[in-house]
Amino acid sequence: MNHYEQLVPLHAQSRPVVMDADSGRRDYIVTRALSMHYGERQVLRDISLQVAAGRITALIGPSGVGKSSLLACVNRLTDMLPGAHVNGELRVGGVDASHAATDVIALRRRVGMIFQKPNPFPLSIWNNLAFPLREHGVRAKSQLTEAITTALQEVGLWGEVKDRLHAAALSLSGGQQQRLCMARALALQPEALLMDEPCSALDPIAVGVVEELIARLRGRYTMLIVTHNLAQARRLADDVALLWPRDGAGELVEQGPAAHLFDSPRAAVTAAYLRSERI
Amino acid sequence: MTSWLASISPPSRRDRWLQWCLRATAWVVGGILLFLLLFLLREAWPVLRDVGLMPLFDDPSWHPTEGRYNLLPMLAGTLYAAVGALLIAAPLGWACAAYAVYFAPRRLAAWLQKLIALAAGIPSVVYGLWGLVVLVPLIAAYQPPGASLIAAVLVLAVMILPTIILLTESALRSVPRELLHGAAALGLGQWGSLRRVVVPAARSGLLAAMVLAAARALGETMAVLMVAGNVVQFPATVWDPIRTLSANIALEMAYAMDHHRAALFASGLVLALLVIALMLMAACLHSPCPARESRRGRWA
Repeated sequence: MNHYEQLVPLHAQSRPVVMDADSGRRDYIVTRALSMHYGERQVLRDISLQVAAGRITALIGPSGVGKSSLLACVNRLTDMLPGAHVNGELRVGGVDASHAATDVIALRRRVGMIFQKPNPFPLSIWNNLAFPLREHGVRAKSQLTEAITTALQEVGLWGEVKDRLHAAALSLSGGQQQRLCMARALALQPEALLMDEPCSALDPIAVGVVEELIARLRGRYTMLIVTHNLAQARRLADDVALLWPRDGAGELVEQGPAAHLFDSPRAAVTAAYLRSERI
Repeated sequence: MTSWLASISPPSRRDRWLQWCLRATAWVVGGILLFLLLFLLREAWPVLRDVGLMPLFDDPSWHPTEGRYNLLPMLAGTLYAAVGALLIAAPLGWACAAYAVYFAPRRLAAWLQKLIALAAGIPSVVYGLWGLVVLVPLIAAYQPPGASLIAAVLVLAVMILPTIILLTESALRSVPRELLHGAAALGLGQWGSLRRVVVPAARSGLLAAMVLAAARALGETMAVLMVAGNVVQFPATVWDPIRTLSANIALEMAYAMDHHRAALFASGLVLALLVIALMLMAACLHSPCPARESRRGRWA
């Protein structure tokens, strides 16, 4: 069995997920009573979030409410943030991911992340994808080529870069860099993608391209997307969760299908927030 | 003035003063270097004119009072000592900087940094003194005479280590956090992230650290003079004494006359050109990354 084949079963393996008896919906990411502190300061309180498998969930709320922090909890990037403490339960793909003993490398293989600012490595386009693949054990050139080509095609970048795969990734435009970062994450065949305002640093045309790409990936990946832009949430999201600050820490006020939440919000805060943003 | 700011509003009187002062300072500093080189050339000129350039490199020996001016053994000694010091200090410096930036507990890292900054400020003669009374006898006990190339290498290595650590640390700290988080989010290990993300991103800073350390090692006079033995010869082994160009100038300038004196200036010129060549080489190796360049604003 070659290395790339070793990668594949992870993607295809049966995923133990939380089943909801009523709707048949499977939740891929589940937090229960999740709280987070930076030193003494609490930034998230008692978050119980469900992210349905294969759907796009938008995480909305005002600036500084802890949306990005919540995202960082899911792939345990919080381990790298100095002074960050997380309490509560986190299950990803049915696996408890909140323990110190959790294999974070494996967790991050299954849960890719796209950042607000495109962050390609200062390497060539090719090596931006080849380096993580190699680190995860894909060594043979043919397998690398296949994985890289597929990922670049998936994000619609192949046609634009196929003749200059060895050019510096930093020579690409912002929108191309962001799609390269998505290809880099997808090349590892994750099950879920966390996106932290993936369009906020891009120009309007690039935003359109990236949003189209996210919509195209619907159903194949579980996506949790932080956005400031309610119009974008409305365009993209199947489900929406609203974080709202109380006593300085973000709380989950409401979550549900996008149509319900946008048209008939249950919480007064949600209604007021949506009104204030006038979408 | 093709300033984007100027296109909005003309620079005020104060802004014009600022620009003028900055420009004048830059010219003065650049001018000093140029005058220094011209001065060296003028003082070295008698020997270059009467003896020529080639004898400085193919005379049978360095006996300047007898008209023999071969600088090569000292040039070799200078290069051996500097390269040896770099070979020892660079890996140690990189490891120490990487530890302080990425692994050490924050309080320890802060202490380390203070300590190293202190070490960088210790006068070279103190390192020389340590070398003379501690290192040289140790080496002599193993392989006489003790004052040798290896003593010079070790003293220089200890001396340039703080420079390498401090500059490498600052290069590592300048690597954007997003890149590290990006690497971590892909499930990459520490070794891979360091090698394939941090090093390429910090490349120019790492190179600058090496160049400055090398320049310091090439030019260091006192510490080397105290431990190297100062015999003008090509060292056959690391246990042999050497004399560096800078030590030679310091040793002989007091009594040198005429062509001997000019030859010492010529060796100073060679040393200066060596360092300049090193800087140019570094500048060629380092092509600035376009994204970083564009982030800087410009006023003029």
